[in-house]
This record gives sequence, C-alpha cells and structure tokens, in this order.
Amino acid sequence: MLWRRYLLWFAHEHVDFRNAEMQSILSVLDIPIKYIEKPCVRKPYWIVELPTEESARKIASRSVLLKNCIELWARAKTESQLHTNLKSALNNSSSKWIVNENNLNEVSDTHVCPSSLIYPCCSVDKSFKIEVETFCKHFSMKEKVDKIERFSYLPMEGAVKLKKPDVTLSYLEFYGDDPNNVPEEPYDLFFGRWIADGQRDVIQFHSLKKRQFIGNTSMDAQLALVMANQARVAPGDLVLDPFVGSGSLLVAAAHFGGYVWGSDIDFMMIHARTRPTRVGQKARTKEESIRGNMKQYGTSSRYLDVLVSDFSLPMWREDLKFDSIITDPPYGVREPAEKIGIDRPNYILTEEHLVHHVPSKVEYALPHIYGDLLAFAARHLRVGGRLVTWYPLVREEYREEHLPQHPCLELVANSEQVLSKLTARRLLTYEKLHDDVPNMPVDPHGGTHNFREKYFAMGEISRREKKMRRAEEIAATAAYKAKMAAGDVT
Amino acid sequence: MKLITHNMLTSKCIKGVLTGYPLAINATDVKVTEVDYNPDFLSRVIPKLDWEVLWTAANSIGHGEGLPKAVEPKFEENEEFLKKAHKVLLEVEVEEGYLTCPESGRQFPISKGIPNMLLTEAEVQ
Repeated sequence: MLWRRYLLWFAHEHVDFRNAEMQSILSVLDIPIKYIEKPCVRKPYWIVELPTEESARKIASRSVLLKNCIELWARAKTESQLHTNLKSALNNSSSKWIVNENNLNEVSDTHVCPSSLIYPCCSVDKSFKIEVETFCKHFSMKEKVDKIERFSYLPMEGAVKLKKPDVTLSYLEFYGDDPNNVPEEPYDLFFGRWIADGQRDVIQFHSLKKRQFIGNTSMDAQLALVMANQARVAPGDLVLDPFVGSGSLLVAAAHFGGYVWGSDIDFMMIHARTRPTRVGQKARTKEESIRGNMKQYGTSSRYLDVLVSDFSLPMWREDLKFDSIITDPPYGVREPAEKIGIDRPNYILTEEHLVHHVPSKVEYALPHIYGDLLAFAARHLRVGGRLVTWYPLVREEYREEHLPQHPCLELVANSEQVLSKLTARRLLTYEKLHDDVPNMPVDPHGGTHNFREKYFAMGEISRREKKMRRAEEIAATAAYKAKMAAGDVT
Repeated sequence: MKLITHNMLTSKCIKGVLTGYPLAINATDVKVTEVDYNPDFLSRVIPKLDWEVLWTAANSIGHGEGLPKAVEPKFEENEEFLKKAHKVLLEVEVEEGYLTCPESGRQFPISKGIPNMLLTEAEVQ
C-alpha cells in the first residue's frame, strides 16, 4: 500500500492538548499514522503519512485544534531547495517518494515526491489557485504574489480561479514561534495540495458570545469540543455530564453525534432561572435553557434529559453503561461545591416546611467529588469508554502520582491549561479497562490537592502582601513629604 | 422527562430503599415533540432497556397503544417496531407530574419536563 504524506497544520494555541486530541481522534476513527518527523511543541505542524486521502479528510472533520491538512509535495529548509525538490519531483515517475537512505539525521528536506501526485492537478480542465501562508511574519499582497510567481515552472494548464477552484495549492513558510526574534529567511518551507480544513469554524459557530443560554462558568466552545474529542464521542453514543451547569459540554458532545444526559444539584441553573450572566441583561428569557441551546445548534434531537440531582447520591440504574462521561465539577471558587446535608444532628423537617422546601447544603470537598466521580465512572462506563474531566490545582504542587486514581481506570491523557501565575487546571482523560469493579473504600484524604483551600489561602497571602506593600509605599511617601517640608531634598 | 430517562432512573438514594425501581409515573401534562428518527441509536439503546418497565410506563401515561409487550426478535431490521420504540422513548415527554418510589412512596416532582431527584437534608442524615 502506498501511504500518502501530509502536512498537518495546527492552530498555535492549547499546544498541550494537541497530541492528546489527535491521538483520541486517530483511535476513534481507527486510523494508523506514521511520523516522518517527530512532532515538536514549538512547531505548529506535523509531517506524517496516512493510508489514504479519505483518512486525512476524516481527521480534519473531527479535529478542533487542526487548521488544515495539506498533501505534501515538497518540503525544505531553504527556498531554493524547495524549488529544487519540486522541480525534481516533476521528473520522478517512480510513483514513490525518493528518500535519501543515507541521510541519518531524519530530516525530510531533500525528499522528492512522485510526479503522479502533481500531474493530475495540472490538466487544462482543472481550475486552480495558489495560497501563501506565513507563520510569524507578515507580507504584503505584492510580496505574496512574487512568491507565487516563483512557482511558474509548474505545468499548470488550467485557469486560475480564486473562488472554489478545483485545486488549491498551498505554500507555507515557517519563521519560528518567537515573534520577538523573527529571522530574515524562514526555517521551514512547504508546498502541496490543500485537502481539508479542520473544525476551527465550529468554534465560531458555537461561540459563547452568540449562545442563548450561558452561565458564569460556561465552558469555552473550543475546549468543550476538545473534551468531546478526548471522550471519543461517536454517533449514537450515550453521554453524561453529572455537573452539567449550563450544558456547554452537552452541546459539544451532541455536535459529534452523542445523545446527552445532564444532571446538576443547582435547581435554578437547570431551570435557567439564575441571574443573567450577560452584562446589562435584566432577566432570563423563555428560550434560555440547555435544550434551547441544542435547538440553536440543530442538535435538539439528541437531547435526552437534564435532571436536578445530587451527585453524591446514586440515581442511575446499577447496570446502566454510558459510552462517555464528560464533566467539569465545581472547584468551589467561582461555583460552590456542594451536596445536600446539614451539620445539625437528628434534624427533622415538618410537613408544613416540606412544600417548596429548598434543602440546605454542606461542602462537597474536591477530593470527595473526584473520589465519587472515578468510582461512578468505573461502575457506569462501558469497557473502553472514557471519563474526561477537569482537575484544578496549584501549579507548583502538581505531582502526577497525586492525581485521582482508580484500579478500573487508566489515565490516557493529561493536558494543562494555565489559569494564572499560580493556578492551572488539567484535562484528565481516563479509559475504563475492565468491569471487575472493586468496592473502593471512600478515602477522605484521597487526593492531596485541596484546590479550594489552597486557592483561598493563596489569595489571603497575596492580599496581605499587597497591603504590606501599600503600607510601605504610604510610609515612604510620608517620609519623602516630610523631607520636602524640611527643605533638605537635594 | 422522556421515557428513556425514566427507564434508567431509580430512587435508591433514599435510605433503606434497596432498588427503588421502577418509579411510578403520575403525569398531569404529557407532550409529544418530534425527534429525528435514528435506527442505529435505537438498535444500540434497546438492549439496555428494561422493556417491560418501558411498556408499563408508556401505558400509564396513555401512550402505550400498539407497543409490543416484549422486544421482538431481529428488532434491528424491524422498522415498524423501531419507529414505535422511537416514539415512546424519545418523543413522548412528561412535562408536569411526579415520580413515586416503589418502596417508600417518596414522591419526586417533575416540573417543566425536569425531574427533581433531590432529597431533603433530613433524609440524607
């Protein structure tokens, strides 16, 4: 089988999620991949081989972090080498890449592609255009046209057409990832045929700015979609978010064909009766609901239900298996982490109090939430199903071995999103290994990261520091003024 | 609340309740909304159901007409059967009413289509 060589060009953000998302997509689509060069986080591209063009298109149809996919015709470290490679390719009738086997440093910058990739695009009935993309350096339209003209030796016989041509050729120059240190000449250059764009458009389509119903902690559209990919949501899957809030994760899961359930302890949130989140909005409108959001995106047929329930108590049938569980539990900072309860012993509610009674809540500490969540996932995921959850922590205290664990679950991905200088959250992806679920004792000390306590303790310290600094400044100013008044300032 | 949800729901959160299944439905308002028919999804979900519970639930809210009492063999190829299942599982919804625990009699209200499964602080002590 002749594999084809592709350039996968990524958006240069959420870099720590790139490999995790791609591996999840490759496994859900069952597509093998070969790396021509080892991926590097400082480069927004991968050079790979895939079995078919169809597999490249499928990957692009799922990936949110992928910008586009190019069938590679030439790649080089200098412009002249790129043109040399491409010209040689026109004469390579071997239908294979010419690879210098003696080149041990594994850089593919002198490889020559088979002419059979190029000629079918050149016929007189194929309209075409050439696009120029430069990373980390800006060029004027005139400069870009000059770059295109240097490809005039290509035997393109078709007409140039800028809108929807039959063939789009892409020329890319990479000037490194440091905008403060841009070189004169690019580090890396690529030329090839555009195959497909990734799902960057869906991020705009799902943007929270235009979503009907949002809450204070609604998940950003891009990360929600990445989560659904991490969970390997496939058409017809049963997906649950047990801390559903305003349902951002359900929207993303349903986008990839999942049928979604959500539950949350917050009655007002589930009924969309919390105070409006948007500035200037006085009251929630009737259309605002999780279901309304799914209607907005055309996925309401995959809305199952949302329920008001306390995750610390069992609700689902023992033998129910979900294909995936995607969630973002409350960290106890911007949303309270609570369960039903009361600290008073022998508390009894009278009959008259029961009507419209709002139950009191006690803290549901983070280690308990994650303990319950992993135990729940171990019981209620199908084998091979995935739990995808965020985990907040203080950055300098992070130890991988302290992350929540369960004997039935394997941690398959772990990507960091930095929130502030001191804090971050990690997107953890667990895969269920087997159905042999032990009765795990609830470990009240499970997980040494108690994010909430530490977060506020940290805030306390920085507040105290600020006060002290301010006091010093005032004292210094006062001393300076006193000196001024005494007239001994030189 | 759709009947697919009802089929998966228990009241075993209540102290002393063993299975809490199936919950009885009392509906004061039932509506039917159109949902895209997806035979692949139905074929995957039907084996997970307690069909008898579904049949009883559908009849208890007046939408059991013509629904077979048992899952038919080779149901995946039986479009007529799948369409009936589709309707009761996904299109019929209890808007207002309550669910009742079969063991304790505890009621859980359903309002605007959303069941409230919360207990009170006294019940979880």
